[in-house]
Amino acid sequence: MDTLIGLWDTFGRDWPYLATLIEILVKIVLIVAPIMLLVAYYTYAERKVIGYMQLRLGPNRVGPKGWLQPIADAVKLMFKEVILPTGANKFLFLLAPLITLAPALAAWAVFPFDEELVLADVNAGLLYILALTSVGVYGVIIAGWASNSKYALLGAMRSAAQIVAYEIAMGFALVGVLVAAGSLNLGDIVRAQAGGIFSWFWLPLLPLFVIYFISGVAETNRAPFDVAEGESEIVAGFHVEYSGMAFAVFFLGEYANMILISALAALMFMGGWLSPFHGWPILGPLFEWVPGIVWLFLKTAIFAFLYLWFRATFPRYRYDQIMRLGWKVFIPITIVWILVVGLAVVYELPWWFD
Amino acid sequence: MLENYLPVLVFLAVGTIVGAAMIAVGFVLGTRKPDSEKNSPYECGFEAFEDARMKFDVRFYLVAILFIIFDLEIAFLFPWAVVLDQLGMTGFIAMAVFLGILVIGFIYEWKKGALEWE
Repeated sequence: MDTLIGLWDTFGRDWPYLATLIEILVKIVLIVAPIMLLVAYYTYAERKVIGYMQLRLGPNRVGPKGWLQPIADAVKLMFKEVILPTGANKFLFLLAPLITLAPALAAWAVFPFDEELVLADVNAGLLYILALTSVGVYGVIIAGWASNSKYALLGAMRSAAQIVAYEIAMGFALVGVLVAAGSLNLGDIVRAQAGGIFSWFWLPLLPLFVIYFISGVAETNRAPFDVAEGESEIVAGFHVEYSGMAFAVFFLGEYANMILISALAALMFMGGWLSPFHGWPILGPLFEWVPGIVWLFLKTAIFAFLYLWFRATFPRYRYDQIMRLGWKVFIPITIVWILVVGLAVVYELPWWFD
Repeated sequence: MLENYLPVLVFLAVGTIVGAAMIAVGFVLGTRKPDSEKNSPYECGFEAFEDARMKFDVRFYLVAILFIIFDLEIAFLFPWAVVLDQLGMTGFIAMAVFLGILVIGFIYEWKKGALEWE
């Protein structure tokens, strides 16, 4: 080990740029690999959870209790043909899944997993995340246009209009968080919530919290807002023409986005890596030993579970109802609540903003 | 300051490469037996008879324009939100006036029916 570190030191002295680059790459792999694994088992969890909610068993044939199902799915997709439809713009057709996946992964660059555990501690963290999640809509619209299929084009139109509508509500909800925290840095946003479960932002920002998560569900095109791929109307929406690994990349992007939205909800409204009993008399010290990342994971898991729960229980919204909810309900509520939070900050409302 | 953003750039590159590599794996491992039936765009069993890039409803365009206005508004709110505790009441009133003007525009487009989908 010592020789290894010694070797690394000499290497770093001789090739400083290369050494930094390799260090960054190793860290990125340490983030991306668990996320990929999480995505794989999130699909398994989805099928299991929805299965049990519908009194079925879910996947249970591949491996013990179906544990190897996601691996089998991945292998199957790898050996499937990637069909390039006639009349499709081939370059854009293959570019679209990349535009969906790359931002969904790259957004994790500024995500703080614990007090000091962050790859890039940038000051404009939240702005960067908002920017990157907005790029995803290009993937959808390019896929729909490049496919040269009516279903794909219609699905992409619906999907893009829905995503941009809910992005406004989401942006306003994020402004509320910014007003409350007074910083764009994600680590500082968590630090501004220091304390137990009642010091976190979910309580003073409750309407924004609810709107943020519902917008997140609409943003990722998930049930009950999945009109873009409403099977009974326009088959699979913007990705009807995709098959094999090109489809898998879309799928990965969608699930990585779901996990990202869940993790952000945990970070901005539920105190990120903070323990829910932080600073409490007896329970506080009792749970002192639990590492912050475990709390973050548990909170993220709750929101990720909510996604599945929604899908199993809610019927699909009609498209005009979706647009009505986004424009006429969420936007007015968020504007009002931003003013309320602004007043609370200006007058230094005790407990949260003093 | 700026070197903090290097990992972000590298991460974007890695994200793109991961996606490209997966699609490449699909091309290498997957079978490739294209025929005209398989490659024709999906259209519920019958032949696709025209170009799919057709005219679409103007309301989608309207939504896009409204989105730009509101997204700009959010971009204006971001720096204000970060320093509000230092600006105090003055800053709050200034932004309330700005928001008030936008809300008037919002009410106008609501009454005009730009937000209706029926």
